Amino acid sequence: MKSQFRRRAGSIALIVGFFLFWEFACVVFGIKDIVLPRPSEVIVTLVDRLPAIWPHAVQTLYTTLVGFALGILFGVLIGVVIGSSRLAYDTAYPLLVGFSSIPKVAVVPIFVLWFGAGTVPAVLTAMILCIFPIVVNVATGLATTEPELEDVMRALKASKLDILLNVGLPRAMPYFFASLKVAITQAFVGTVIAETVASNRGIGNLMMIASSNFDVPLVFAGLLILAVLGVALYLIFSFIESRVTGWTRRTDEFAVG
Amino acid sequence: MMHARLAETVLAQEAGQEPFVQLQEVTHTYGRLSRMVTALQETNLKIYEGDFVALVGPSGCGKSTILKLITGLISASSGYVLVAGREIGAEPVRVGMAFQNPTMLPWLTLRDNVMLPLKIVPPFRQQYRRKRKGEYRDRVEALLAQVGLAGFSDKYPWQLSGGMLQRASLCRALIHEPQLLMLDEPFGALDQFTREELWGVMQNLWLSRKPTVVLVTHDLKEAAYLANRICVMQARPGRIIDDNAVPFPRPRTVTMTYEPDFVSLTQRLRELIVAASPAQEVAP
Repeated sequence: MKSQFRRRAGSIALIVGFFLFWEFACVVFGIKDIVLPRPSEVIVTLVDRLPAIWPHAVQTLYTTLVGFALGILFGVLIGVVIGSSRLAYDTAYPLLVGFSSIPKVAVVPIFVLWFGAGTVPAVLTAMILCIFPIVVNVATGLATTEPELEDVMRALKASKLDILLNVGLPRAMPYFFASLKVAITQAFVGTVIAETVASNRGIGNLMMIASSNFDVPLVFAGLLILAVLGVALYLIFSFIESRVTGWTRRTDEFAVG
Repeated sequence: MMHARLAETVLAQEAGQEPFVQLQEVTHTYGRLSRMVTALQETNLKIYEGDFVALVGPSGCGKSTILKLITGLISASSGYVLVAGREIGAEPVRVGMAFQNPTMLPWLTLRDNVMLPLKIVPPFRQQYRRKRKGEYRDRVEALLAQVGLAGFSDKYPWQLSGGMLQRASLCRALIHEPQLLMLDEPFGALDQFTREELWGVMQNLWLSRKPTVVLVTHDLKEAAYLANRICVMQARPGRIIDDNAVPFPRPRTVTMTYEPDFVSLTQRLRELIVAASPAQEVAP
């Protein structure tokens, strides 16, 4: 308990220290607002203009979560297909790597062409950005299942579906959750990219307009919102992960619960 | 060298009873073409219902291959493997298997691990949702208590010792009341005292339920303690070269294993296996 508190305290101190250093450096070196606003200014801007910023934040969060949900759905499906057979794994992997190495900004105009500017391209961009880590992790988790564990099931004449549900998927859960933590931040990146390029709503769009007006504190307020949303979602998935996959870390909390 | 079978087996044969498990001219090879290894060559084996058969022999003699063939984990290159008169896959026989490693699923408690067969195997699986909190749970608790694991069912596998896990593994192999129990060196990785204790546990389980058991082991004392019948195998190519009845009365005790009859049986088995070892071909 004590060491956990110490770790928490350490990371909070680091965050606070970072903002203090930033504030202090701006004052000491006389950096102008238009280059780098002080954190206090950013927060003041955020509070003052919250009614205007809020709908954009909600839009971004909504877009990200929808894209993320679709990413999980398709990511797990593709991951299961690829992970459950050696042949599929070897066949599909190069194509997957190829898709993942395409810069995602480049596909936004294509989505806009197909679906028009707005929410749909943003959702799709968030989805394709977060799908790859999920697919790879689920597939790896399934492909590395110990044959001994499968033999236990096969000796009971279990069907392929039984083996998948009772051994494969639980075994892949730690991999899946590890990928979710990466994927949720990736989904945010996707949403903001698409909003920046082709949308009239969302934090990405807000920041785009703010920067063209040289309203730099507002740009940073947008960044702050993104960071807070990202951290919040990360924490939520970390918590779910520790509840579901505590067996990998052999924590006593998990054993009791 | 076919010795007199144990009374039950003889009776079963005289009554014209069909063998419960039958291997007919079974050959099994691993690998392909130039790297082909014949694990088992034209092997015949009949096992009658309720019998306890041990397979012993040098490493690489195909003992485990026979188990895997009977369980259906692999299929024979040629020949027939019949269980209850049908080919593997079609037979309506419940099979339980315990492996050399306990292979517990690490994300499940001991109770859920032991309950796994009830979730998978018909007819239990149809009622799994309804009974898993009641009847099935009580059943698992009772079986765990029988092997000395009462009170551990909420623990996770990593919280238990190897001996405890192996007990749990035996429970998992037996929970669905299999007619056929396959034991693949289940006590091999344990210390001697735990192993001897588990022989007693295993014997009691067998005496109370009478499944047909096939045990693969390296330990001749273990084979002679537990089995009704011991088949000695040779390696490369693997085949059965000797079939012994074990005449000692049950329940057997560890003290019996030091008596002259018992020692002379294990001694004789040992000589057979040494003579059949592939090392003989290399050594001058």
